[in-house]
Amino acid sequence: MPMAQVPSLIPAAPELFMAVMIMAMLMFGVFQKSASAGDEVRTARYVSHLSVAVLALTVLIAVAFSGGRVLVFNELFVTDDFAVFTKVLVLLASAVTILMAQSFLERHKMARFEYPILIAFASLGMMMMISANNLMSLYLGLELQSLSLYVIASFQRDDSRSTEAGLKYFVLGALASGMLLYGSSLIYGFTGTTDFAAITAAVAGDGTHGPGLGVIFGIVFILAGLAFKVSAVPFHMWTPDVYEGAPTPVTAFFAIAPKIAALALFMRVMVGPFGGLLAEWQQIVIFISMASMLLGAFAALNQTNIKRLMAYSSIGHVGYALIGIAAGSKAGIQGVLIYLTIYLAMNLGTFACILCMRRGDQMVEQISDLAGLGKTHKMLALALTIFMFSMAGIPPLAGFIGKLYIFMPAIDAGLYSLAVVGVLASVVSAVYYLRIIKIMYFDDVADSLDRPVEKTIGWVLTLSGLFVVIMTFYPGPILDSAKLAAAALFAG
Amino acid sequence: MIEALAFYMFAAVTVASGVLVISARNPVHSVLFLILAFFNSAGLFVLLGAEFLAMILVVVYVGAVAVLFMFVVMMLDINFVEMRQGFLQYLPIGGVIGLILLVELAVVVGGWQLGPAISAAGVAATPDVAQVTNTQALGQLLYTHYIYLFQAAGMVLLVAMVGAIVLTHRKRTGVKKQVIADQLARRAEESVKLVKVDTGKGI
Repeated sequence: MPMAQVPSLIPAAPELFMAVMIMAMLMFGVFQKSASAGDEVRTARYVSHLSVAVLALTVLIAVAFSGGRVLVFNELFVTDDFAVFTKVLVLLASAVTILMAQSFLERHKMARFEYPILIAFASLGMMMMISANNLMSLYLGLELQSLSLYVIASFQRDDSRSTEAGLKYFVLGALASGMLLYGSSLIYGFTGTTDFAAITAAVAGDGTHGPGLGVIFGIVFILAGLAFKVSAVPFHMWTPDVYEGAPTPVTAFFAIAPKIAALALFMRVMVGPFGGLLAEWQQIVIFISMASMLLGAFAALNQTNIKRLMAYSSIGHVGYALIGIAAGSKAGIQGVLIYLTIYLAMNLGTFACILCMRRGDQMVEQISDLAGLGKTHKMLALALTIFMFSMAGIPPLAGFIGKLYIFMPAIDAGLYSLAVVGVLASVVSAVYYLRIIKIMYFDDVADSLDRPVEKTIGWVLTLSGLFVVIMTFYPGPILDSAKLAAAALFAG
Repeated sequence: MIEALAFYMFAAVTVASGVLVISARNPVHSVLFLILAFFNSAGLFVLLGAEFLAMILVVVYVGAVAVLFMFVVMMLDINFVEMRQGFLQYLPIGGVIGLILLVELAVVVGGWQLGPAISAAGVAATPDVAQVTNTQALGQLLYTHYIYLFQAAGMVLLVAMVGAIVLTHRKRTGVKKQVIADQLARRAEESVKLVKVDTGKGI
């Protein structure tokens, strides 16, 4: 009986570190004294700071051990520059949303130490998704992420809207997981393997005849499951309700980290094992991209609730990101990665502004509540204006650069109609972004929002605002690392 | 010879107890016959050389599932006479479903018998029983080859547990919990008061 070799675990170090630390934090939280409400809040605060530190350390480990493409765990797990780039984005988003959430949770009497732990669990799942090199590890990462998200969505368990959001997300998410699994089983049945490299070889075949119908069916089902996870039309129905019902910091998290992770997974699967079948899946991605952009633009026009508005806006943004995937080229993937980086900064900033919308310790969520913000909170209004202009894609802000690097590869790939629809949709969506600015500066002052803005949120606003403004003038570092990451995806 | 004898014994008892499961009047008897059927199927697995499956069948099905059935049967007040009333009415559709299953089984076994390629593929997937025991083969797959997936599944279960506690656990007030340390630390001076009572007066 040959002894099994202990594999080198260094490439998976970020995940292993995070998993161990999550369990340690869980033990720490459970064994803290919790005699009174004050004790619980204190424990929650400790664990929340600890988890931010853990996420930051994980970023360092991920960056420190990056370099080249390495497979571990019998090729179930892959790490490369692409994985490191997207993992850093996801971890940043998680850490910042945990920081922003703490005071909200305390105000709403739901500060419990499980919140940062569940977010960390979700981030671990996202990292596993990003590093998946097998349909099985893909599914397990996705489930770890989704299961944590379902729980976080209904974290405010005494609030009927929050529980409704969680239940809705759970039921529809289970349906999507089912579709993904069905697609995976078809792929396994028709190629005889779940390993990405082996699937690439199997679908390439001997070149005499095209891929089997079963494989195509499998890809369609996998696409449907992934489209649900990134909330692309026609699998977007859950998004507005869940975003509106979930507590605001949770919405901020939902709008950023899971989207980045799911889009990364989308790219990994479509470019990796199914890269040879570009012609087969390109039309589907083009369709869902166009539909998402148009729905995101038109459905948001009539919204009065700002969280619902952000839901439709995120559907639209996913549509733009999918343009880059539809192009299927290195430049396209690079564009998506740049877009996601900018999306991260813009959304963090916008949700930091939304978290400031309180009146007498009550959250307000109507867009009309922003009226007169330009007179009462000058800096906050300025920050929100920057983010809205950037989302609308108005130069010289970062949002413009993002759209530019998405549309250029689409035109290079000959997807003219997609680019035209994208430009038209961004013109339409500019209407509702600009409407927010108009309400802030030109509408009569309603009751003023609470002052002062918290320190953490102030920092988030400042940093993301600076990023959005400066990015255009010094895009070098991000463009270069996105290029490296995109190249790494095609190397495998 | 002995093998054949053992096979026919296990098979006959399995089928007979299977029939008794659905025909017994007392639901408790049904569950007991079910357990008998499980034990005999475990015997059949042992004859096939699948000792791990046999053990799992006994441990999981008899140890957990059947006991759960027993609990449900005893705790719930189900009127079994009423449930049986539609029996004849549902017999045709039940028969059709049974027939479909039988045909499918025949197709599978027929394919196995007729297509040598299929059965060859099936044999190739299993490690040789003479070389590696079942348990060892499964352990190699689960704890060596797929250790990453095994651990990931563990994380998913941990999240499920944390989630269930987060969403449902509430701290109840006014619960009197036994604290043994407090009980042991109690002294006579704290709890006993000596009162001098005058004769004939009471307290």
